[in-house]
Amino acid sequence: MIASTLIILSSLVLILTTVIVKGVPAMNLAMITQTPKGGFYLGKEGGILNAIVGSLYLATGATFLAILISLPVVLYLNVYAKKSSRIITFTRFSLDVLWGVPSIVYGAFGFTIMLFFGLRGSLLGGIIAVALLVLPIMTRAMDEVIRMVPKELLEASYSLGATRLETALKVVVRQALPGILTAVLIAFGRGIGDAASVIFTAGFSDFIPYSLLRPAATLPLAIFFQLGTPFPEVQDRAYASALILTVIILIISIASRILTRRFTRHVVK
Amino acid sequence: MDKRLLKDVLAERFMLLLTIFAGLIVFVMAIGLYQRSRPILAIKSLSELLFSTSWHPLRKEFGFLPFIMGSLWVTGVAVIIAIPLCLLTAIFLSEYAPRYVREWTKPLIDLLAGIPSVVYGVWGVLVIIPLIKDYIAPFFGTFSSGYSVLAGGIVLAIMVFPIIIHVSLEVFRTVPYEIREASLSLGATKWQTIKHVVIRKAMPGIIAAIVLGVSRAFGETMAVLMVAGNVAKVPSSVLEPAYPLPALIANNYGEMLSVPLYDSALLLACLILLLVVLFFNVIARVVLIRVERSIK
Repeated sequence: MIASTLIILSSLVLILTTVIVKGVPAMNLAMITQTPKGGFYLGKEGGILNAIVGSLYLATGATFLAILISLPVVLYLNVYAKKSSRIITFTRFSLDVLWGVPSIVYGAFGFTIMLFFGLRGSLLGGIIAVALLVLPIMTRAMDEVIRMVPKELLEASYSLGATRLETALKVVVRQALPGILTAVLIAFGRGIGDAASVIFTAGFSDFIPYSLLRPAATLPLAIFFQLGTPFPEVQDRAYASALILTVIILIISIASRILTRRFTRHVVK
Repeated sequence: MDKRLLKDVLAERFMLLLTIFAGLIVFVMAIGLYQRSRPILAIKSLSELLFSTSWHPLRKEFGFLPFIMGSLWVTGVAVIIAIPLCLLTAIFLSEYAPRYVREWTKPLIDLLAGIPSVVYGVWGVLVIIPLIKDYIAPFFGTFSSGYSVLAGGIVLAIMVFPIIIHVSLEVFRTVPYEIREASLSLGATKWQTIKHVVIRKAMPGIIAAIVLGVSRAFGETMAVLMVAGNVAKVPSSVLEPAYPLPALIANNYGEMLSVPLYDSALLLACLILLLVVLFFNVIARVVLIRVERSIK
């Protein structure tokens, strides 16, 4: 049993070492300050700034869009809806199931929406697909923390004459803020790392997108496309992208852990 | 009416609307994909699409069998590798490990869940592929390019570790301490208690955990796309390449609009994927809800 635990942990170590061993020699200043020269697939000069900025734009946009939907949903489920209402069970169940839907399906669905509106592969399309992808993750994570807000706190607020909206925004959200931020971070991490949902929808380009309707490069796709070339210089760009992506994920995961710890310290039990 | 109350009521309506929207996304997705795949369902029978091995989009022959079998092979290998490792780890962490080991291990396993699938793919290409090509295949006296069912299975297994372990740990935690103590007080050893009491009690939950892992593996795209080899043929051994369903969809997005019916066929593939995964997920979630209720 200890052996199997060690095998599982060593797979994590192996993956991280591979990424670091391959990625660190490929890193240099040009890599993170320049866009690829002469095409991302063939050009040997330049870096991956297009993918870094593209990914940050995309993940930020998608996270923002997802917050706009999931926060009201979570507040409805926990503050407004009656305790045993069917809609609570149904929404939670549906979101749990949605969580399991593969990201390629979100990509394809996003693509059909884009065809419907006549959009081409663009930052906007990618944002919509990724927002749908992270929506269940973010909503369920927020739901878990807001559920822990003690009911007495709500009642105290009502008894002072506050409406449910005021209670939701000024008491519940404030009490659960660290937890909500954790949920947002988790969703951001998931969004920035996902490739299958943007492969149809965001396109890929050598340039930094200057409008929502331009195609955007993303780190996961930069890894995927550039690893497939025969040129070591181009493959280096893939390794560097993998390293940057992994570091972003590590930072997010550590930050969310710290936030969770800080959050649970103040929870009234 | 008071302005504050009006705001409150308006907010309620708005939030209710969004909640209904969020709850219905699953159905909207299924209906949307079904609409787009209707053209191909109109001219081909479903059984022909599902059980034909001939995949020639230019000749309008869309047989999904090689891809479905590819998915099943890769998922099967992943599950065979993952189940024993995950269950033993979960048992160790929940029953044997001291507290601090558990506290240290769980974040690391969660970290494994956070690593993007492309990074798994890169790792597979750099480590697993050469390993299979240079060591495993020659060991069995055959040749393999390394891009194979086995490579896909290994990478997928690692990707589903966190899900299976996480859910099994939750399930083990729901097994009441009293029945463990009852068993120990009757003279059973710790292992006997785990085998006959804990695991038996936790069985439905463990199965649900595995089913969730299977559905994740079934739909995983990028990592598999990078290591499975992508040859449209039903594989006959684990060292042969496979072409799983998600990889097919992701690989052909570029040309799908230029060939008639091709996009419809690929979106049908998406629909199949969605329905299979939904089916697995609904079963697993229902079981888990039952488990959760049984302890209240």
